[in-house]
Amino acid sequence: MASDVKASIMITCLGDLFFPEVGVAMVTVLRRLGVAVDFPGGQTCCGMPLYNSGYHEEAARVAERTVRLFAAAEHVVVPSGSCAWMVKTEYPGLLKKDPALKAAAESLAARTRELSQFIVEVLGVTRVESDFSGSVTYHDSCHLLRGLGESRAPRTLLRNIAGVKLLELPGADECCGFGGSFSVRLPEVSTAILDKKLGNVEETGAECLAACDAGCLMQMGGGLSRRASRVRPLHLAQILAGGRP
Amino acid sequence: MSELLRTPFPERAGAALKDAFLQQALTIATTKFIDMRRAAFEGFPQGDALRDRARGIKEATLQRLDHYLGQLADNVERLGGHVHWAGGAEEAREIVLRLCRDRGVKMAVKSKSMATEEIDLNEALEAAGVTPIETDLGEYIIQLAHEKPSHIIAPAIHKTKGQVAELFSRALDGNFAADPEVLTAVARKVLRQKFLQADMGITGANFAVADTGTLVLVTNEGNGRMVTSLPRIHVAVMGMEKVIPSMTDLMVFLAILARSATGQKLSSYTTLVRGPRRLGELEGPEELHLILMDNGRVRQVAGPLREALYCLRCGACLNVCPVYRQIGGHAYGYTYPGPIGILLTAMLKGDRSVKELAHASSLCGACKDVCPVRIDIPRMLVELREGLDRGRIAPWSERMVFRAARRGMQSPALFRLGARLGRVLQRPFLRAGRLRRLPFFFGKWTATRDLPPVAARTFSERWRELEKP
Repeated sequence: MASDVKASIMITCLGDLFFPEVGVAMVTVLRRLGVAVDFPGGQTCCGMPLYNSGYHEEAARVAERTVRLFAAAEHVVVPSGSCAWMVKTEYPGLLKKDPALKAAAESLAARTRELSQFIVEVLGVTRVESDFSGSVTYHDSCHLLRGLGESRAPRTLLRNIAGVKLLELPGADECCGFGGSFSVRLPEVSTAILDKKLGNVEETGAECLAACDAGCLMQMGGGLSRRASRVRPLHLAQILAGGRP
Repeated sequence: MSELLRTPFPERAGAALKDAFLQQALTIATTKFIDMRRAAFEGFPQGDALRDRARGIKEATLQRLDHYLGQLADNVERLGGHVHWAGGAEEAREIVLRLCRDRGVKMAVKSKSMATEEIDLNEALEAAGVTPIETDLGEYIIQLAHEKPSHIIAPAIHKTKGQVAELFSRALDGNFAADPEVLTAVARKVLRQKFLQADMGITGANFAVADTGTLVLVTNEGNGRMVTSLPRIHVAVMGMEKVIPSMTDLMVFLAILARSATGQKLSSYTTLVRGPRRLGELEGPEELHLILMDNGRVRQVAGPLREALYCLRCGACLNVCPVYRQIGGHAYGYTYPGPIGILLTAMLKGDRSVKELAHASSLCGACKDVCPVRIDIPRMLVELREGLDRGRIAPWSERMVFRAARRGMQSPALFRLGARLGRVLQRPFLRAGRLRRLPFFFGKWTATRDLPPVAARTFSERWRELEKP
């Protein structure tokens, strides 16, 4: 079991405001794996909503703030593939005008990992003990899958939980229709994409829908709840933490 | 087309979502395309390396575009062809019309060409008294229906076979079954006569090889071959970026183009045209004209949309795009639909024309993933959005909202205040722990989805007790 590893949590705006239980589960899991967890105060948002809508000056200022906030962190762990992608692949470019800042952004990018990648790649752990039991289907969030090239780590972790029956989701790699401001700029299109996704989810017969991104969980969870579905949306961290999430 | 554009994009998209036939046709066709493409690349381990190589060729060619275009023009002329340079759409149309006038052309058969769609050539020909006949089956269908293509390689993708049978029965005065084979046979019979009657054959070009002067057409129906060999005049309209240096390069592109488009190793027909009929040859046109068209492209060689010039027009990004798969091509409102279409529209018509379309993407990245030359479409869409803010094309209210959001993201105090405010304001709307109906802007979300409330205690607020393990 890993030890002597220190990790700072980047909770993300959606995680902080809407899914604090995901953050709590993440702390539980990381501590179970022997990681010393801390939480630098004053966190807000990574700036991705600004960035994606084209407000790059503004996004750069938010990025600069985040870079400073995590300057001392050994590892930064993020419960959302999209925010991790933002930090890892977009921050250095956003801050390229100032060489020192750019270097700091590159350093942060190198130290930052999405949760499942952190557990598997950095800690070298593929089996997390969890008393969770039930059937689970996994949705690949776009930025974790295509942005960070990760499809295996979350599945490996899920499969290695004794009580989990992992059911493959048809079209798991297709977008859930969230897309940040896209979901409210074109709500009908966003919902049509979501409906297709949720149809596939229900077809699996799984009790839980797992994902590694707060945005997707907000979208898919919002749809499941609206259609009074029995399927429960859960973040990977909640399944790994176990108990009765 | 312009009438369609008077309706705002969200409404056009909304109408498409309600069209049951369109939904059925789109689901079937795009799913089939996706599966076929995937299977083609799974059985082709060198595919990834060839895609990199193809991208490299495009990059290098654009670096010396003037050189390769000059070489192409020289070689086409050396082989007896004529080369015309066209700045904009108007100029390109005028060149074709002048050829028709000077040579007494009454009818022109066409093989599928997005370049001619881009310049609305059919309308111009009709207005000048020349009858254009589309000979690609999909194009023929939409020509009979007086529509525009809704997909780059499958122009009639929005139609079910039942709709096509109805259309043929009405337009061709018969009673045809909704059977693709029957319908294809009907079209073949009609078109065969047209090939023989036409004075001019009009094509696009998938590639033009600079060092040999070869025009390359990739088709599946053999109509390209008829169009380039039966009429006495062949006119090819080509975007300038389609030039490639050599036949060796062509092999690279051919290996990935059909695989990306339809999952085929090669399309059924790859037609290579080198000059008009030569002395002693029995077939081929007497005249060959190549129109090299700029229409907004050259400016982008050093512009922000440069990468879009790599596009092979395979349509793979349309098939995987969750937005395209829901709304189809017509809702986009321009010649080129889908993710790449948004970029090409910006290139041809300017940034202002994609004010709404630039946001018609969830930035899921599936387009970039399947693009044979790995065009980073999501990045360019985000850059387009940035241009809309910088150019003050984005609505004033939106720009204010995002600037305010930036303040909230830069100040933890404001962020905390926002959370507290949210908790108070959401109270009247809470039902069983969910927000089911919110007013104003938030109603766009809650019309179809529940929203989780701002947590009673945010993670930041819970950290103090979590801190002590």
